[in-house]
Amino acid sequence: MNAAARNEANEAAAIRALPHDKARTSNARKRNKWLVFAAFVSPALLCFLLIQMIPFAVGISYSFTSWNGVSSAVDWVGLDNFKRIFTSDDKFMDSFLFTFRFTVVAVLVSNLIGLGLALLLNGALKSKNALRTVFFLPNVIGGLLLGFIWQFIFVKGFAAVGSATNLPFFQLPWLGDANTAFWGIVIVFAWQQSGYLMVIYIAALQGVDNSVIEAARIDGAGRLSVLRRIVLPLIAPAFTICLFLSMSHAFKIYDLNYSLTGGGPFNSTQSVAMNIYAEAFTNNHYGVGSAKAFVFFIVVAIVTLAQVMITKKREVEA
Amino acid sequence: MDSKYTARTFVVETIAVAIGLLFLVPFYFVLINAVKSNANILLDAASLPQTIIFDNFRRVWSLLHFPRAFWNSLLVTVLSNLGLIVISSMAAWKLARTPGKVSRILFGLFVAAMVIPFQTVMIPLVKLSASLNLVNSIPGLIFIYFGFGVSMTLFLFHGFIKTVPREVEEAADVDGCSPFGVFWRIVFPLLKPIVMTTVILNTLWIWNDYLLPRLMLQSSDLHTIPVAMSALFAQYNKQWDLGLAALVIGTLPILIFSLLLQKHIVKGIAAGSGK
Repeated sequence: MNAAARNEANEAAAIRALPHDKARTSNARKRNKWLVFAAFVSPALLCFLLIQMIPFAVGISYSFTSWNGVSSAVDWVGLDNFKRIFTSDDKFMDSFLFTFRFTVVAVLVSNLIGLGLALLLNGALKSKNALRTVFFLPNVIGGLLLGFIWQFIFVKGFAAVGSATNLPFFQLPWLGDANTAFWGIVIVFAWQQSGYLMVIYIAALQGVDNSVIEAARIDGAGRLSVLRRIVLPLIAPAFTICLFLSMSHAFKIYDLNYSLTGGGPFNSTQSVAMNIYAEAFTNNHYGVGSAKAFVFFIVVAIVTLAQVMITKKREVEA
Repeated sequence: MDSKYTARTFVVETIAVAIGLLFLVPFYFVLINAVKSNANILLDAASLPQTIIFDNFRRVWSLLHFPRAFWNSLLVTVLSNLGLIVISSMAAWKLARTPGKVSRILFGLFVAAMVIPFQTVMIPLVKLSASLNLVNSIPGLIFIYFGFGVSMTLFLFHGFIKTVPREVEEAADVDGCSPFGVFWRIVFPLLKPIVMTTVILNTLWIWNDYLLPRLMLQSSDLHTIPVAMSALFAQYNKQWDLGLAALVIGTLPILIFSLLLQKHIVKGIAAGSGK
């Protein structure tokens, strides 16, 4: 690219018939170089600044006001919004508690299933490709539609299976109390995510050198200890990615519980994302909503960075 | 791990197939009940349909305004993908090939923004879009997808471009090709694998996205499939004959897309996450 800039600058200089004016040539070359740089980068940068960075900054400033989204009077209230959401907004705290609890359980369950499926399909199975497609399929359907599908499965499907088989598991009041609603969302999340995680784990498993495993087996190591001592440490980078992806999906969950439980029963499955939405667009508290959104950002950033740092460190050690 | 088909492999295969069937059970329930009357669904959701009622599909086809919703979804997804490829690949190439602080800072900014949750920018975005006339317009929504998608798309292109040798570009430079010519005629064709990856990841995201189009598209003429679906469920709550038929129609396009492209999807996801 330097060469291109140089070429054009040279041509420009030649046209102006100023071959001796070195200072001006190099200025023109520099200017030209930056013009080309701007031409390539500015469309992306403009969209990015306008849609992400400016609203992000504006949102932070909203969080110190009492704006309702409509009136032109915007009062500066300092830290009042933050004080309010931390001291007298039980629903917000509950939504955080739900989101944390859900994230821990959902990440564990979906990664265990994802890794398990990857290990199953890593052998010389005849139905390998078909099964991979089947396990991946739920992932391509969006959270909103999945939530509606499973609402039917839990309420009508489980009930029908329950009355036919008398299995107590299917006779629980699914989605009807806080506990079954929580596990309902975990089940749907795992059904949706584990196939995606499986694809990443399979890719990592295929990168593992078979001769290492064979050598260990010849030395008398059992299957489980080969898995624990050799295979799992070797695919540590896949854990970093899968934990990161599943955590960020779980933590920001909105569509799925919106359509599955609507946050109920009694707000027991309201995620932080839902709480922020309700505060801003149902209650018309843009100020408080923005403060919550800012707190949410800080927590997401800390949790994500901490997770990446911890698993990266373990990758190096392993 | 094993290359021979042993008895153990057979056991593993049986378990895997059983789990696979378990994964398909929800689809089975949706399909058998989508062709029943509501009364029959409420009576027994597990039994096979005695008479098949295709009328459910005909009714939701018009209730969902399916052709319109499908067209809106398609338009938003295809044009957002195209725009994202153009702006992100161009910027990624320049940032990757221009050493120095400016490139580093800009790239860092793009990547860091991936941590920001949608809910954090959502409230001011609604206000800002209204003043920029981006609300209630398909082109407006597409532009907003450019802004949200550019971080990850640029990140993927950037990682890929660093593995592409520079010699060809430099030779073309010397031959007097313009920077745009070098990029579009020489560099871009080499980026095909990563273009495929970004198309798959962005399509799965944009096609299925619900909250952003709901906030941006008020007029029902402009609704995408998820927004139309949520409106239908709000109106015909508990009428599962309609709901399930709608879900079948609504999930079909993306299921067909994924089955057709499944090899690329698997590769794309593995490649997209490896960076």
